[in-house]
Amino acid sequence: MSEKPIIARWRARVGQRDVLAQVLVALLVIMAVYWLVGNVVSNLERQNVASGFGFFNERAGFGINQTLIDYNEDNSYGRVLVVGLLNTLLVSVLGIAAASFLGFVIGIGRLSQNWLISKLAMVYIEIFRNVPLLLQIMFWYFGVLRNLPVPRQSLDLGELMFLNNRGFVLPAIEAGAGAIWYGLAAIIGITAVFWFKRRARRILVATGTIASVWRPAASIFLLALVMAYLIAGVPFQLDVPVLRGFNFRGGISVIPEFVALLLALSLYTASFIAEIVRAGIEAVDKGQREAAAALGFTRSQSLNLVIVPQALRVIIPPLTSQYLNLTKNSSLAVAIAYPDIVSVFAGTTLTQVGQAVEIILVTMLIYLTLSLLTSLIMNWYNARIALAGGTHG
Amino acid sequence: MKMLSYKFRVVVLACACVFSQTAVAAETLSIVQKRGHVQCGVSQGLPGFSNPDDKGNWVGMDVDICRAVAAAVFGDSAKVKFTPLSAKERFTALQSGEVDMLARNTTWSMHRDTALGVDFTGVNYYDGQGFMVRKELGIKSTLELGGASLCTNLGTTTELNAADYFRTNNMEYEIVAFEKADEAVAAYNTGRCDAYTTDQSALYAQRLKLTDPAAHVVLPEIISKEPLGPVVRQGDDQWGDIVRWAHFAMVNAEELGVTSKNVDKMKGDKNPAIRRLLGVDGTFGENMGISNDWAYHIIRTVGNYSETFERNVGKATPLGIARGVNALWTQGGLQYAPPVR
Repeated sequence: MSEKPIIARWRARVGQRDVLAQVLVALLVIMAVYWLVGNVVSNLERQNVASGFGFFNERAGFGINQTLIDYNEDNSYGRVLVVGLLNTLLVSVLGIAAASFLGFVIGIGRLSQNWLISKLAMVYIEIFRNVPLLLQIMFWYFGVLRNLPVPRQSLDLGELMFLNNRGFVLPAIEAGAGAIWYGLAAIIGITAVFWFKRRARRILVATGTIASVWRPAASIFLLALVMAYLIAGVPFQLDVPVLRGFNFRGGISVIPEFVALLLALSLYTASFIAEIVRAGIEAVDKGQREAAAALGFTRSQSLNLVIVPQALRVIIPPLTSQYLNLTKNSSLAVAIAYPDIVSVFAGTTLTQVGQAVEIILVTMLIYLTLSLLTSLIMNWYNARIALAGGTHG
Repeated sequence: MKMLSYKFRVVVLACACVFSQTAVAAETLSIVQKRGHVQCGVSQGLPGFSNPDDKGNWVGMDVDICRAVAAAVFGDSAKVKFTPLSAKERFTALQSGEVDMLARNTTWSMHRDTALGVDFTGVNYYDGQGFMVRKELGIKSTLELGGASLCTNLGTTTELNAADYFRTNNMEYEIVAFEKADEAVAAYNTGRCDAYTTDQSALYAQRLKLTDPAAHVVLPEIISKEPLGPVVRQGDDQWGDIVRWAHFAMVNAEELGVTSKNVDKMKGDKNPAIRRLLGVDGTFGENMGISNDWAYHIIRTVGNYSETFERNVGKATPLGIARGVNALWTQGGLQYAPPVR
């Protein structure tokens, strides 16, 4: 081996070599990004396409049919973005909650010893998992819409709620000045639940007896409610919708686009979550279940206290992906006119302003942020339940 | 944090890569000639303007503009391919060079002309926004639509016009905006909305897609000006000229009485205006970088403006639209082309 000394020395310095390689790659990436950004900017300039983010303050001028905050045509594109984002969040958060609940029920049902329940769960999973989501959204939207009556022939639920092909109209509750006392009562009730839960756990660890939680907490909440009533009376008023002209005025209207999207997203994602839950439960060693039975736990106690806490560690990471998927899939809303961020911002705003690069970039950054936040929360929860030692229930 | 910065880089890269193709702005003509066909952005299916027929061939007034440009460049109106685009995608597709031109029932507005890096070359159809409702409602005027739900297409001037009109007249409304026209029409058909609103020509076209077209009526009012025309990228004047004059050639041909049937005979005509139009005299084609008989090929293979109008949207078609404001200026309409001189 007649290697030159300088090369031999270089080969020996593994650490320095790696650092140099990484620096070089990083430099290349930075140069590429710099070149690409410069390229975009100069291309846009050459083509006289307006650029920058000044449009955020301009008047939007178009209407949106579901807004969680006050919005009208005189508001800015910036507010349109917020309205769209809130609509995306609304359907995502409710969808995640519904899909999780349904997914857990079906996943556990899939493992039921009852033949019928287990087969029904299987059929559900295979149907909803294997049909493309966009088709399901269209199905719920047009399928359900077609069967609903026109506003004048609305399905009437106790003269208060009305169901028609413009949506589900509910009476709105308008809170007066005294409502703050009821808010206080609610806070007291929630605090009581937490306090009694901790107390019950302490007693369980110390003495092994199970202390009741819900009964004392509920009594305290009831007491707080009565107090609020004595102080403030009933500071609430019902704003009942009335049929005028084409549609109902007043109250809260849940538009069919929202219902269809929420249904489709929840049912679709629930089928995946069900399989994840089944896998998680099956991953728990059979001996755990047998041990719980030997200790005299009932079936539900064994599930709640022994099996599920261990299964969760297997379930949480893939569950996180499903939550991310649901949030991103909500962008299919644009197909059925649900005013989510892709529809009102990356849709209408984009065509009106014409600045595709800026708007798509902002939209992508928002989805990225939402996904990272979801991951962050789920990772935190995962770290919390992943107890050191492993076998601890 | 590490993950975020990494993903951010990916996003920027992906985005920038897509848009780095925009360097093709100039010299569209030579790119088209090298490629061998015109790539034309059209609608996703609007009867009368751009719609595939039962054999899968694209037909319509906008399609004819594309074919006219192909005829001018190649002498062959078949050398064109079509890219169906949603209202939302159309300008990005043009800006990025995915298509050479748009002929997609696109409204010429000041913002689009000045801020999007595109140029409108003319108006091949003067339109205006209207409303379609069910006959059974007994509505006679758009002013009776207070509180109505309106189905429409996302990312169009329609959304803005409706907002302006209803607010100006102190009427409430609910807008339901779909990305594709087909879904908007389907939703209106199922009763989600009281009215479907878009350009009036398109209302007649979309009415044909409803379960029972006779049960719907297009209201008489027009609430906006919608001059529809072809669009090209800004900064390529030569290509812009070709697209502009392809339309003007058809209008001039109608005015001079030149049709696809008599164009060969007309080549021998003594009228100097016809001789210039058909390239017998002058070098008008060469000035644009194409052959001098450019307009001859347009008229021979596509026809004059009257022929394309009557063939696609006129009285004899299911749309049954009268010439109205789209008549020649000599007949009280707005269609007017500068002379070939």
